[in-house]
Amino acid sequence: MAAAGRGVLVVGETVNGHLSPTTAGLLAAGQALKQDLEGELTAGLVGHDLTAAAAESLQAGVERVYIVDDVLLQDLPVDLCLHALAGLYQATTPEVILFARSPWGRELAPRLAGRLGVGLLQDCLEVGIEPDSRRLTALRPVYGGNFLARVRCAASPQIAVLRSQAYEPLAPDPDRQGEVVAVPVDLDVSQSRVRVVRRVRHEHPGVSLTEARVVTSGGRGLGGPEPFRDLEELAGMLGAAVGASRAAVDAGWVPGHWQVGLTGVTVTPELYLAFGISGASQHMAGCSGAKVIVAINTDAEAPIFREARYGVVADWQAVLPAFMEAVRNL
Amino acid sequence: MALHVVVTAKQVIDPDMPLSAMRIADDARQVVTPATLPPVVNGFDEVAVEAALRLKDSHGAKVTVLSVGGQFNLDIIKKPLAMGADALVLCQDAAFANLPDSFVTTQLLAAAVRKIGAFDLLLCGRQASDWDNAQVPLLLAERLDVPVIPLAQKVDVEQDRVVVEQLVPDGYDVVEATLPALVTVSNELGAPRYPNMRNLMAAKRKRPVIWTLGDLDLDADVLSSRVEVLELLLPQRTRECEFIAAEDGAAAGEKLAAMLHEAGLI
Repeated sequence: MAAAGRGVLVVGETVNGHLSPTTAGLLAAGQALKQDLEGELTAGLVGHDLTAAAAESLQAGVERVYIVDDVLLQDLPVDLCLHALAGLYQATTPEVILFARSPWGRELAPRLAGRLGVGLLQDCLEVGIEPDSRRLTALRPVYGGNFLARVRCAASPQIAVLRSQAYEPLAPDPDRQGEVVAVPVDLDVSQSRVRVVRRVRHEHPGVSLTEARVVTSGGRGLGGPEPFRDLEELAGMLGAAVGASRAAVDAGWVPGHWQVGLTGVTVTPELYLAFGISGASQHMAGCSGAKVIVAINTDAEAPIFREARYGVVADWQAVLPAFMEAVRNL
Repeated sequence: MALHVVVTAKQVIDPDMPLSAMRIADDARQVVTPATLPPVVNGFDEVAVEAALRLKDSHGAKVTVLSVGGQFNLDIIKKPLAMGADALVLCQDAAFANLPDSFVTTQLLAAAVRKIGAFDLLLCGRQASDWDNAQVPLLLAERLDVPVIPLAQKVDVEQDRVVVEQLVPDGYDVVEATLPALVTVSNELGAPRYPNMRNLMAAKRKRPVIWTLGDLDLDADVLSSRVEVLELLLPQRTRECEFIAAEDGAAAGEKLAAMLHEAGLI
């Protein structure tokens, strides 16, 4: 294995050819670590047609962008991405590697760690560097968010997966210059050990949960599928997306991809309106990044009120129609 | 020849336990609960057992359940046998208590899987409800050098392939890999079955195979952590909830809309 280098490599993700919002937050986290390490901040991109994303990385403040650009990486097959990243690591030997806590990052980071024989810090809220040891530390939720753990890497390279929306992206500077370095990695289809036979996508008209500015959400307290029609109508008025707790999904009231929570979608809206949701930690893990949470629940002791900015202790059946009527008249 | 399916299962603190019953241990490195409140088999691992049993029902299969831990509650960890699994292997050693590091857990599981022998399919719950890392199965696949398909909502075997409906954010992919392979299973697969009387009685008679550290063929550095837990803390609740005072629910709803509008949120 090559000698450990200095500095931070941020593994970037692209959406339609552009740097993803999660990567922007990740770069902000990387900037802070870079200062502590007195090393350089670089970005690593694997995929196809990476020109725009590479330029955006430079504008966001990285000194150099390493890319593995190959048509085989078009649909980001995980096995091939892993090969590409392992090659990228060998060429760059950073001290710290950061991934975003996205479905892609959550799969790739452990596999890269496994391949490199190191551990990784998962699901981090914040990361830092210990001054003398140069070790990566992080604060992360455990036991469904009921406790926090401070953890530390004990092997190199040091890898962390971050809830990067916790970091405010730095303003891009179009004048920033830097180098784009293509890393040659031999890829061929036989390295992919899984084959995608068919892709099935749900139709979801309207706003996507992950991008919505407002989310209306319902849980077990709604008692059945019908009240979700009201939440959909409300969402239509507010330009919002509709979410649900795992209880509502498991009861079969709404489709699985509506689920907000640890095992569902993580949302970060300005406003999260929770009707009949008690706020189990598994659910809060998916929505605690909302700027303002409003909870409507009959139980004043429900845990959701611990994280809510505004609360109404009442039956949603009384609150929702009046709320919708008032919104209609705004 | 019948399929051999190995399922990993972890004994965890019951995630539905009231928060008041959980506390941080004196060494600040682990969460402890009163001995009167029993642990559970990680819920996602029970779903993985269910996936294995469905293969047993449809194709015929031997299902071996594997766990690693410091101390097991046998009544709890035998639940997969009561659901219909054929064998239970417990790697139990004081050195395996509160493993801080997925890397170490993975080395132990990999050694145990090799000792169990040939397998066709390795099924794991998507993550454990204590630390929610979702990384041991991925590390294990790397260690055993087998294909891995995470987040299954359906698992089937056709000839020498596993065919999986793999959850992706806005739907699912139908994905296949050549056996042997590792698949992680999500709750979308469906609820794990309840033990029936026949399996319950059979489980009572079955004895788990127990291996200690010395029984596993391991390199010396395997138990050295790649990740350390420095301390556990209680999160600070910074948000102060403002309750809407109104004469009834309808009035509160109206007032809430006005407040959110004023705050520029709607």
